[in-house]
Formats: sequence, structure tokens, C-alpha cells
Amino acid sequence: MTNRREFIRISLYGAGALAIGAGGLKACKAFSPPEEAGNFDGDLKRTPTYCEVCFWKCAGWVYKTPDGKIWKIIGNDEDQHCNGRFCPRGTGGVGMYYDEARLRTPLIRVEDRGRQIFREATWDEALDNIAAKMNEVSARYGPESMALFTHGSGSSYYTNLFRAFGSSNIAEPSYAQCRGPRDEAFFATFGEEVYSPEITDIRDTRCMVLIGSHIGENMHNGQIQEMSDAIDKGATIITVDPRFSTAAGKSKYWLPIKPSTDIALLLAWINEMIYNDYYDKKYVEKYCSGFDQLKVHVKDFTPEWAYGITTIKPDLIRKTAKEMADASPAVIVHPGRHVTWYGDDTQRIRAIAILNALLGSWGRRGGFYRPAKYELAQPQIPAFKESSKSWQDLFPGKYPVASSVPTNALIDGSIPENNPGYPIKAWVVNATNLLSTVPDMNNTLKAIQNLDLVVAIDTMPMEITGWADVVLPECTYLERFDVLRTTPHRKPALALRIPASEPMYNTKPGYWIVRELSKKLGLESYFPFENQEDMLDWQLKKAGSSLEEMKSVGIKTFQREADDLYFAEDEQVEFSTDSGKIELYSSYFEQNGFDPLPKYVPHEEPAEGFYRLIYGRAPMHTFGRTSNNPNLTDLMDENKVWINPKVAKEWGLQNDQEIWLKNQDGAITDFPVKVRITERIRWDSVYIVHGFGHTQKQMTRCYGKGASDTRMVTKVLVDPIMGGTGMRGNFVTFLTEKTEREVAL
Amino acid sequence: MRYAMAIDTKKCVGCSDCVVACQTENYVPHGFCRDWVVEVTNGTYPQLEIEIRSERCNHCANSPCVRCCPTGASHFAEGGIVLVTKTECIGCGACISSCPYDARYPHPDGYVDKCTFCIHRIKNGMKPACVAVCPTKCMYFGDLNDVNSDVSVVLKKRKYKTLIPEAGTDPQLYFLI
Repeated sequence: MTNRREFIRISLYGAGALAIGAGGLKACKAFSPPEEAGNFDGDLKRTPTYCEVCFWKCAGWVYKTPDGKIWKIIGNDEDQHCNGRFCPRGTGGVGMYYDEARLRTPLIRVEDRGRQIFREATWDEALDNIAAKMNEVSARYGPESMALFTHGSGSSYYTNLFRAFGSSNIAEPSYAQCRGPRDEAFFATFGEEVYSPEITDIRDTRCMVLIGSHIGENMHNGQIQEMSDAIDKGATIITVDPRFSTAAGKSKYWLPIKPSTDIALLLAWINEMIYNDYYDKKYVEKYCSGFDQLKVHVKDFTPEWAYGITTIKPDLIRKTAKEMADASPAVIVHPGRHVTWYGDDTQRIRAIAILNALLGSWGRRGGFYRPAKYELAQPQIPAFKESSKSWQDLFPGKYPVASSVPTNALIDGSIPENNPGYPIKAWVVNATNLLSTVPDMNNTLKAIQNLDLVVAIDTMPMEITGWADVVLPECTYLERFDVLRTTPHRKPALALRIPASEPMYNTKPGYWIVRELSKKLGLESYFPFENQEDMLDWQLKKAGSSLEEMKSVGIKTFQREADDLYFAEDEQVEFSTDSGKIELYSSYFEQNGFDPLPKYVPHEEPAEGFYRLIYGRAPMHTFGRTSNNPNLTDLMDENKVWINPKVAKEWGLQNDQEIWLKNQDGAITDFPVKVRITERIRWDSVYIVHGFGHTQKQMTRCYGKGASDTRMVTKVLVDPIMGGTGMRGNFVTFLTEKTEREVAL
Repeated sequence: MRYAMAIDTKKCVGCSDCVVACQTENYVPHGFCRDWVVEVTNGTYPQLEIEIRSERCNHCANSPCVRCCPTGASHFAEGGIVLVTKTECIGCGACISSCPYDARYPHPDGYVDKCTFCIHRIKNGMKPACVAVCPTKCMYFGDLNDVNSDVSVVLKKRKYKTLIPEAGTDPQLYFLI
């Protein structure tokens, strides 16, 4: 295939010229230590923000030095997400601002003597270019051939623009690459999702079960804080993981399960609950439907049956079931967050939801609480243009239960050979590095070759920017206003983000970018406020506050309308399912042609000399987006591959030896990765932290460091229910010599 | 007054927030740190244990670094906090060699730097940056001579250990086990 679109290493062209105002590097150095400068927090100017380093969005304060430089970020004491304590990534968020590798000015792809290069552009030129191509694509193929991939706080601006333009093809990787199966499973069972932050009442729990969820390595701030409180109060933690995670180290029970067999364990636990009469009978009778079918369904799924599948001893399965029952209803079988593993993930989470229902934990103290959200007033805008075609028309009948757009459906719809119902011809990619986020990189690249327009908006020169026709440099969250944070929690709350500093270089805030683009498309009536701060002030005044007041407090927490954090003793609860009950037996799934009760189906196992690739998080990084942050690379600048000592011995591997990983399809990591020999992983699996092995040279600190797990995920186990991309069905072997790698290539 | 810190190894998740909070608070240059995290795995699969410790200067009561400093730059401040006066430090590195905990580093500006227990903060009634930021609240700081201080209270309740006690330095970091 000849590439219509070549990858451009941004740094190789005009790198010097890009340095418009070389503020970055200097700004890092010129501070004097606080002992001398007498910088005490009380004397300093601080501005409110909420964090954008991950999706937890903790509210905090940005402190500046007396000479006006951004110094540090500290959590806001009043914020329920963080209780005044930021996580390492949030604390290190200053590094995102000072990173000298940031994108600095708009770039447009041009042909120069047969080579594709970026040339610097003004914002006006870049946005004109985008608007012209959007109109061309729309005229030729219809507005629905525009696809948006987006992540983070700026999503709502792009979403509004797309809907105004006439496309509903708006996808967030956080759905099909992350928590989608969980949302659908809980929705099918309880008629409600588990939200973000999750409504897990960890602070008051007496028993928490983590299934592959590695709290403490995933730095979901509020959950870690509450888990720590729960440990203090003597809660039992049960961790199911093929790896001895940090959480496993805090657990009373570690169940080192054979990967891909979790459903068998869950069914055995359900069997234990029902056939030992451990379940909450009153709760089940009152709130649940389908118990009799469930009882029959799990009859044979005994701990002995599960032992043969999971390698977890029956005695341990029984003991842990009893622990959960003893703690009921103050028990949480945690729904997890990144759950797209094996392609039957919605069913696995269904089993988790059912187990929670049997334990009566939903709506109960120490289980799951009822969230409350502040509903902000929204300005009047014209009705959105009805899209004539949706993502479902790309591949009719696929993923019938998906309530959000799977990114992969839009990517597949961009490839003509797949015969989509209509073509996707242009992508706008906001704040997500699709090549690292979505598995099967080659498929994504193939899609990109068929597009008429790719726009990438980011703060960093991520890999996806190298494939864009137009690159728009957004300023970081420390340099911009954004929407008010209204995420649900125990109490409704509003959090404000204001710029702590003017945007560095020639970067702009998301709201400004979208509004300027909307003008060029004749759609500015959808963005009635010229300045975002005017809109915030308008919304806050409607909420009985003001921008002025919020600047001084950062966060405003309201009382709940009713005292209903948990179900009342004799409350009649109407669940938003078809039956109005908690559906143990899902008629909704049945109607859509899926198993109404979860089943265990065996998965493929690694061949001789291959190991299942498991990936996860490190507490100091958010996927690949923080990989180049100077504060955070200081803590961790590469990933290592975890290998069991027995396996290492067989291969003659040493600690810190550099090897390459090669998967079942012959894909090889771009760079070598160091070996970490550890007892903390099973012999049939290896583990790496996600987000490393960057191939974009301008990412100066992380380029070439470690291995990319996404590179190894060429086999994708797609969940037929909702389109989730299961990424744990790949197996790797080791190449120890460079020549071996070259021969293999 | 005797300042000390207790760190709960049962709650610490090793996230290194203490490290980055210290770096930003105290302008520690990239590539260096005043505190760090140690993770020790014991046992063999599947009988395993991990101990995670956030470590820093032990502010030893019997400090080899203070004793060996030729210029008097390393000294005891109030509450037994070991400090370096950087204008008096000649960067000879004797203290770095003498410290059994490897708690000091040569600052690129030519002096030796280390943890100060954030004395500039505690003087103003605040907690050290690492303690204040820790998401697991696994760190306790205070005056051992005050029976009601956070650190005294937790040390009364819990089993603890110090690091390399055989060095005889009388370290003032206590690890709850």
C-alpha cells in the first residue's frame, strides 16, 4: 500500500522555528528555594482549577511564586474527589505546563519536493483550512462522514460543534476501550451505571473485592483514599489478579487466578451465595427479578467446578464467599474501570452486578451510594441538526446494546473494504492518542490512509499528530477556563477551572478553538458566549453564585435535596430497567440475542513459549499522556516486563536485560524493554505498564523508552454486545538478540 | 521538642506522590529527590508480601553527617531537624558518604541538599509537603515530646521499626509494620 499520508516527525522540520517565545525551559529554573524566598502558601496568589491529568478531575489550587511563575498545585480541602490531597500525577501537573516538548503553534501538512512536511500556520489559516475541508467532505458525502474522537473536559465543545454540523459520530475511547462493558452490564442489571468517580462507598465498606482492578496502581484518587480509610477500620480486601498487585499486598486474600477465567470464579461465588443461603433474602425478594432462573443456572457451578478452571482452591472460594456474606450489605464487588479484556466483558461485569445484588450492596452503606449531581443552566442555542445517519447505519445490527459510539465502529467505517453503510471520510481527534488508545494500530493506520481530513488537537506531539493534516496546539488546563465540573458524588458540587497563566507559545484554549471554527462554519449561534468566562459567570449566577465567588472558593458543595444517599429501610425503589426491578435475569440482553445470564466460555491459551500479555497502570502516569512530563518521568521513565522467576530461568533472562516482545501474529515491539524478574506474576503471563514505547521523537524524554502494549495487541476480542475491544487475548514471546529481532522483522 | 515521622507501610501504595510534592514544594531539580519510595517483595509465589516505604532523611539524633561536616553547614535546628546551611556548605560530600541512608544529594548549584521536614512549613503550622499530600494518609508527623501529636499517638498504638538501627544513629523515621 502506498501511503497517501505519511507520518511526519514534527521535530524533523522547523523545530527551531517552532520555538516561538522560548519561555518553557527558562521558566523551569529561575526559582529560589522557599526557605529563602519566604514563600508561604498563605502569602501567595492562588487560582482554582480542577485537574486534567486524568478523568478523576480533582479540584485544587495553583500557587504561583511572587514573580508570577506557576509553582505547585495543591488539592482543595472542600473537594469530595480529593479531600485536599492530589495524586502524584496531579501534583506533577505543573510538568505538563513546563514541558518544553509541547506543541507550540498550528501546523498544516504540505507537500514539499515530494516530501510531506508540516509548515507552521496562523490560527486563522489552520481553521480556514479545516472549515473548507469539512464543507467539502460534507457536500460530497454528507455531514455524518465526519467523525469525532475525543477525551477530557474539552469534549463538550467539539460535541456541540459536531451536532450543530449534523454528525452524531462522536466517540470517546473511554467507552469501547475502557468502561463501556461495565456501564452496559450495570445498566442492564440496575438500570443505572456506576458513574465516574464510581459510586462505590469504599469509606464505609467492610469487605471489598477487586477483580483485576489494581487500586493504588490506578491512581483513582478518592478510591485510594477511601481504601486506605477502610484498611484503617479493618475492612477485608479480596484481590483477584494473576499478578500480586499493590492492592493484593494490602489484601487478606489474594486469588492468583488463571487469566481469562474470572467468570467461572464469579459463578462459583454466586452458587455459594445462593446454595448456602448467604444472600440477602429480603433485599432479593423485594428488589430483584429472575432469582429462580439464576438459581437453576448456577446449580452446577460449584467451587470444585471453578477450581479446575481458575486454579483457585475450592476452600479459598468458599472462605472468600463467606467473608463477603458476613460483611453484607457493606460489601463491594468492585465493577472495575478498564474492563475490556476478553470480549465477553459485559457478561463478566453482569456476573459482578448480580453478585452485588445478591449481597444487597446496591443502595446500601458500605456498598454503592446514590449519587447526586448539580444540574447547571444551559444557554439557549438553536436545535441541533438532525443527523440523517448514525453510527448504527455503518454496520447495521452490530453492537445492539451500545449506548455510546464505539470508536472502533467509526474506524472500521473509515475503511472501504469493510463495506460500511456510508463512508467516514474525516476525523477530528481531540486529546486522545488514538494509535496508543485503540488496539490494532495497523487497522487505525489503514483507516487514516482513506481519510480526506485528519485534525489532531493536543498539547503534546503525540503519535496521532504525526498523521494529521492539521495540528492544533491546545494550551494546558493550567492556562484556560473550561466547563464547570458537575460530576456526581455524595453531594452535588461545582468546581471551577480558571487559567493560572496566559497560554504559552501560540496555543489556545479548546473553547476558543471551537468557537472560532464555528464562526468559519456559520455555526457560531451554537456558542452564544464570545468568552467562556462570561458563560461561566452566567451559569454560576443562575446557580446563586458568581465567577467572582467561585474564584475565591474553587468549589461549591450543595446539600442533597433529600436524605437519600442510601435506600431507606422500607423504601420502594423503582429501578430504570424494563421490569422496574434489579434484573438478575436480563430480558434486555435476551431480546437483543445475548445470554440473559452470564456463562463461562473458555478462552484461547498461550502456545508453548508464549505468555499472556497483561497490562495495567502505574500510579505516576496516566496512560501515555504523561509519559513526557518532566516531573513524572523523574518517577518512572520506562516500563519493564514482569516475568516470573521460573520463566526467566528457562529463558536465561537477567534483571534489566533488554529484550523485545513478539506476539502471536509476529508483531515486535519497536524498542527493547527491560526485564523485571518477580514472584509477583504467574508463570503463564507477563505484565507491562501501559503508555510507554513512544515512537514520536519530539517526545524527548519518553521516545524509545520501554515497550508499547498496544503494539502487541493485534488480536482484538470484540464484545458483540457493545463493541468493547478486548485486549488481553494476545500472547508474547521473547527475542533476546538484536539480530533475532531483525530476522523476525 | 523532638520532631519525628511515622510511615504506615500497610497503607502506603508507593505512588511517589510524596516525591513529586517535595520536588515542587522545595524546587528540587529534576533528576534528584529528597525522598523516595522503596518496595520490598518477600516470599515466593503465591505466598507473598510487599513492604512499601516512603524514605527520606532520618533526622538522626546521633547524626554522622552533622559530626563529620567540616564547616558546620550541617547542623541541628529546632526539634532535632538536621539542616544544611547552603552558604556554608562547600560541597565536599563528606556527609553524603557518612549517611547510612543515602539521604543526601549534591545539588547542581554546588551544595548538598536533603529533606528539611519542610521546616518552612512547620514553622507556619503546616505539615511537611509529603505528609500533607499523601492520598493514603500513611504519614504522621509531629513532636515526640507531645503525647498528643499525631506521631506519638500512632506510635503508641502500632508496632514499628526503624531502618539500620545497628548504625547507632538514633533515626527518627518510624515505619509502622
